[in-house]
Amino acid sequence: MYAFTYHRPDTARKATNLIAKVEDAKFLAGGMTLLPTMKQRLAAPTALIDLSTAEDMRGIELKGRNIVIGAMTRHVDVANSQVLKEKIPALANLASMIGDPAVRHRGTIGGSVANNDPAADYPSACLALNATIITNKRKIPADEFFVGLFETALEEGELIVKISFPIPSKAAYEKFRNPASRYAIVGVFVAKKGAEARVAVTGAGSGGVFRPNRLEAALTAKFHPKGLDGLSFPAEGLNTDIHADAEYRAHLIMVMTRRAVAKALAK
Amino acid sequence: MPKVSMNVNGKKVSGDIDSRTLLVQFLREELRLTGTHVGCDTSQCGCCVVHVNGSSLKSCTVLAMSLEGANVVTIEGLAQDGKLHPMQEAFRENHGLQCGFCTPGMIMAAVDMVNRKGPDMDEATIRHELEGNICRCTGYHNIVKAIADGARKMGVAPQAAAAE
Repeated sequence: MYAFTYHRPDTARKATNLIAKVEDAKFLAGGMTLLPTMKQRLAAPTALIDLSTAEDMRGIELKGRNIVIGAMTRHVDVANSQVLKEKIPALANLASMIGDPAVRHRGTIGGSVANNDPAADYPSACLALNATIITNKRKIPADEFFVGLFETALEEGELIVKISFPIPSKAAYEKFRNPASRYAIVGVFVAKKGAEARVAVTGAGSGGVFRPNRLEAALTAKFHPKGLDGLSFPAEGLNTDIHADAEYRAHLIMVMTRRAVAKALAK
Repeated sequence: MPKVSMNVNGKKVSGDIDSRTLLVQFLREELRLTGTHVGCDTSQCGCCVVHVNGSSLKSCTVLAMSLEGANVVTIEGLAQDGKLHPMQEAFRENHGLQCGFCTPGMIMAAVDMVNRKGPDMDEATIRHELEGNICRCTGYHNIVKAIADGARKMGVAPQAAAAE
């Protein structure tokens, strides 16, 4: 790891003021990705702005028909949240499947969403639940937020402060995970709100998380695993790596989507 | 150099450190608490697990600077008055180790597991909860047995967990 100067502001506002002043600074959330990346010298910011004491960026709140989660909320707190278990159990369940217990004690939802790893879990929840990413500057719909591999709509110095999730009538997440890294080889989040079904796939797309439109249309017509009968998913544009080839991932998308729908209906 | 202060195993400690010092480096190199090991150095293997404010953490993937004022417990902090912690005792009795390199992390993860899940865990739960700890000797069978045994012993001696 290369040397850097260290800052620890205790509010989101102080953090964004700092990043505007300090040259080549990066925000440090839980550090579960950034620190390993810095150790490998793949990232070498000259300053880190540690958000771990920004209390105003933490917490889970029911606000009308939405659940609003502070960006610095740890995975373990999302997984154990009583209000989430009641209102969006699929999201609590997703958080309980990230990494391992020690990683969940430190990793944060905002860090994961800002990083937009193509195999991370949270981006699929944001997209399928039609979440709004709230930054220090604006509100960004999830559909516009995830731009590509590790790429988001965030501008230089922009900070995710919280994320607002509309409460769906039904939702579930199913993940076929790599047994070593515990990242998704394919993860599928399905959500039904009103008449509309939304589906988001992580781990599979060469451009990161995406919505499979044909599957959404089929599930909007009939929100049941049988609604997907006769459909298949094309392998073009999906990832091939040592863990799984594109054809296998295409197959897994259908399997995981069916399982997720069945799980959503079982609740 | 910036200064950091924290509580380690009940003692106030502080040090002038380079900002990039990881918690595990602070523990091992500054405080000479070498019971916490570095296995993979990529937050996969769990040899470096310690407790920070009561929860397990991989000390190779957190900056010491981030833990100003925190309460840290390492493997050296478990035994009280020369008497092994029930989880340590269970690892000894059940031969829950082979080469021993992963053991400090296994025991710290095990104590955290019991704190969260209670003393009566079935085998499936223990194996699932252990997913962040790797034993290169593949000695999992006795590790799982040791944790089940240690968990029961912690259940009858709750003061051991409360010692943190």
